Amino acid sequence: MRAMRTMTDIREVDLAPSPRLKRVVFRHALVTRVTHWINLVCVIILLMSGLQIFNAHPALYWGQYGADADKPLFEIGSDESSDGGLTGFVKIGSATLNTTGVLGVSANPNGEIVERGFPRFVTLPAYRDLSLGRRWHFFFAWLFVANLLVYYVGGIASGHLRRDLLPNREQLRPKAIWRDFVDHLRLKFPRGEEARYYNPLQKFAYLGVIGVLLPTMILTGLTMSPGMDAILPWLVTLFQGRQSARTIHFIAANLIVLFIFVHVAMVLLAGPLNELRSMITGKFVIYPEAGHE
Amino acid sequence: MSSLRLRRRRFLSIGVASLGAALVSGCDSLSDAPDVESILDSAEGLTYRAQRLLGGGHSMAREFTAADLSPVFKVNGTHKPEGDEYAALVESNFTDWRLRVDGLVARPLDLSLEDLRNLPQRTQITRHDCVEGWSAIGKWQGVPLSIVLQRAGLLPAARFGVFHCADWYEHALDGTGQYYESIDLIDAFHPQTILAHSLNDAPLSVGHGAPLRLRVERQLGYKHAKYVMRIELTDRFDNIGRGKGGFWPDRGYEWYAGI
Repeated sequence: MRAMRTMTDIREVDLAPSPRLKRVVFRHALVTRVTHWINLVCVIILLMSGLQIFNAHPALYWGQYGADADKPLFEIGSDESSDGGLTGFVKIGSATLNTTGVLGVSANPNGEIVERGFPRFVTLPAYRDLSLGRRWHFFFAWLFVANLLVYYVGGIASGHLRRDLLPNREQLRPKAIWRDFVDHLRLKFPRGEEARYYNPLQKFAYLGVIGVLLPTMILTGLTMSPGMDAILPWLVTLFQGRQSARTIHFIAANLIVLFIFVHVAMVLLAGPLNELRSMITGKFVIYPEAGHE
Repeated sequence: MSSLRLRRRRFLSIGVASLGAALVSGCDSLSDAPDVESILDSAEGLTYRAQRLLGGGHSMAREFTAADLSPVFKVNGTHKPEGDEYAALVESNFTDWRLRVDGLVARPLDLSLEDLRNLPQRTQITRHDCVEGWSAIGKWQGVPLSIVLQRAGLLPAARFGVFHCADWYEHALDGTGQYYESIDLIDAFHPQTILAHSLNDAPLSVGHGAPLRLRVERQLGYKHAKYVMRIELTDRFDNIGRGKGGFWPDRGYEWYAGI
């Protein structure tokens, strides 16, 4: 039953577990590892096909309705000057930013400058095709939900979510959070015994994504479906309207992108090979505490 | 040790970057592969079955109040059908217009606007969701489609209602391009599925599909065929247009647009 072993269910691979020696511990259960990589593929495809879909109407509203004549909260657009030159802009509330070349106006494969919400290198497919973007999106949305359910069930059954991700009382003290915050700023990563467990900020980030952002993506996504709105009318009430749900879907997607950048940066800084191996084979090396070397 | 780690790190970041690039460029060629398309398409059947299973086909779309109406209801798709025939109908204020109901029915019908207005009516304030992402709320009035279908009397073989429209949205080389749409009998007999002749207490404007448009509230806007001229009851639609059951389904969009 190696598959069900979790991070704290450690198998000492070294014969002499001493704080002064490098040790290999078993960190991630098979369920965690497999669902992690399936999730990565799903999230990347969902983000990119999502931007393709967004480009069909690159404006966000609050409330039940929202279309061309209504005032958007956020908008990507373009202006044509008298000499035919195109300027891309982003409007957030009353502020307007010039984003020519990236948002609103960017190059097509032939290098011509065209009107386009998000540029071709972040959309799936790269060329403009709403119907194909939707098909990628909905297929991988199903896979994403199924995969997340497997992770939840596995994580609850094995105790992984409670034991490894829920912060303990000690970690919730402001002092502990502050110390962890300072450690992160100094890029000081735990060693020895401490490296075996997630630190408070790490737990908040993972729980925030697994417990809040990903379910929010699913629920706001469902709220955009007119069929689901008839089946689960409380969804529309919860998010204060289909257009609000669409806006929240976009914001949550951006927060997921932010998480991915921070997560990858942390992996690279903490020791990419060790971190990657632990998410592939499950084995994680604990380096001795500083001062004992 | 540190130089080795640095090299490993560079190797990894190059690896991740090239993986990303391969994914991006690979997806476009993948998108065009017929096998991949059919795999992606399988999600539509799953969505249809899941929504029918959960809602039983009887769930109702939310109805709003007059206070919720969009100040402007966006005109989308065809703004005005081309051709003399439609122009003549507009000229006569649609007095010569008839809705033809035929196909797998016991009694084919030809109904005038007057006939439709004299049948039992339903008024509903609902949200229209475009596949592009925007929504608008409008007040629709018309005849429940179920009443018209009951008058015509469906033959047992009937499975779909096909809505043939007056507008050519495109003139394709294969001769297709006339707008049409189709729905199953679950949606056809749903109480909120109506043949609307009024929007916001006024007769439908040309932009909104005069004289008659379909409202099938639990699906996206492109299912709500405008300029309806004929309702054909069929057991199949692979012999109509390009065979996918609608103008936009023929062009890659889902036939079941509840999502």
